[in-house]
Formats: sequence, structure tokens, C-alpha cells
Amino acid sequence: MQLRYFAWVRERIGQDSETVDLPGSITTVADLLDWLAARDEGYASAFADREIIRVALDQEHAEHDAPLAGVREAAFFPPMTGG
Amino acid sequence: MTDTSTPSPADLAPVEVRIQSDDFDVAAEIEQLRRANPNIGAVVTFTGLCRDEGGRLAALELEHYPGMAEAEITRIARRACERWPLDGLTAIHRHGRIEPGGNIVLVVAASRHRRAAFEAAEFLMDYLKTRAPFWKKEHLKDGTSGNWVDARDSDTRDADRWKA
Repeated sequence: MQLRYFAWVRERIGQDSETVDLPGSITTVADLLDWLAARDEGYASAFADREIIRVALDQEHAEHDAPLAGVREAAFFPPMTGG
Repeated sequence: MTDTSTPSPADLAPVEVRIQSDDFDVAAEIEQLRRANPNIGAVVTFTGLCRDEGGRLAALELEHYPGMAEAEITRIARRACERWPLDGLTAIHRHGRIEPGGNIVLVVAASRHRRAAFEAAEFLMDYLKTRAPFWKKEHLKDGTSGNWVDARDSDTRDADRWKA
């Protein structure tokens, strides 16, 4: 699965995208966030305040309980501040 | 307002969404809609500008999610076209470095009558603020680049007003 990061999530993780092979136990967005946060300090810092992290699956907004089956691209970012 | 019927896609107004680093020309965008349809009676435009925050700000840097930015604003614009009788809806959002006084975003809503145009422009902006994947970073005049702009609760409340 392709992962993409934006704004301060990207800065804390230190890269804007990566490709990962997910273990079979990772079935929802929340599982993926837990898995990523356990990787190192950068990921832990990016996802420390889990509730404010916004998620898009294949470029559509999704909730943290959304399933990952069939998803090719997941993106994580702070609340949006455009306009 | 209540919907009595759902218009078929062929009846919906043309939607134009552009994400670009270049500036835009408000008059040219109005002209394009007017030329396409001589039965337009009202055009409402909203232009969002970069503030200098009391002289503190040198520039904003706008990051976006290419692909999703276009897709999400298009989804919001199509919802506006289903909800109001529009004759054209254009949204342009810039990315990259924008200095105080510079344009950030443009919405142009065209309709036979003014109310639909006013409401659709406001609806599109309210949802764009909370759902279009853009993020602003501040660059300050003292040379520091620092803070990501925080999302405002009032923007979420503004968008929630349209949930009927």
C-alpha cells in the first residue's frame, strides 16, 4: 500500500510517501495508525494526538474505523486549512 | 430549502475546478461563464486573499494533495449544483508561496437569480475550508518559518450550518 503524508505529519515523519507491506492483522485505518506510531519517534510524534489526524483512502475522506481492504493509497494529514 | 426532485446530471450546471500556482483573473472567469450562457442573471464571486497579519507575515506557503484537491472540490461543487439551480460554478485554488495581498482562492457562482448564486458560493467556500486538502504554513518577516496555521472550530461550524 502507498502511504502519503502532508503538512506537519509529513515533517514529523520526515518523508512525504512510502510503500509498505501490511501485516494481515492490520485491517482498519486505526490499526494502521497504531502500527505506524510504533515504528519510531517521528511516527509516534506525528500520530501522538490520534484524534485530530485526518485520513483519506484512495483520495476520499475516511473515518478511523474504515476498512483497508482493496485500498491502494492511504493519506494522513492534519485538519485542513485551505481557502 | 427543500428539494422537490433530483436533477439528472445532464441538467446540472457546468463545474470548473482548477488547482494552480499561477494567479487568476476574476474578470476573465466571470466573462467565461457569461459568454457560455446568455440567460445568466446573477454572478457572485468570492476571492480569498493572503493577510499580512498586522505586518508580521512575509508569505503563506500552501501545500496540497494533488489529485485529491481537484477531486474533493469537484465533489463539493457538484453537491452545490444539485442543491441550487445554477448555470455555472467555477472554483480555483492556488498552491505554493503567496504573499500578503495575493489571491488564494476564487469561487464564481452563476445563476438566473441572485439567491442561488449567493448561497452556492457560500456553501462551496464553507465546505472547501474544512474538506479540501490544503494546508497553510506561515513564513514570517523576521525570517523564521514556522507555524502551520491551525484549523478553526468556527470553520467547522460554518460548514455544519448547511446540513439540513
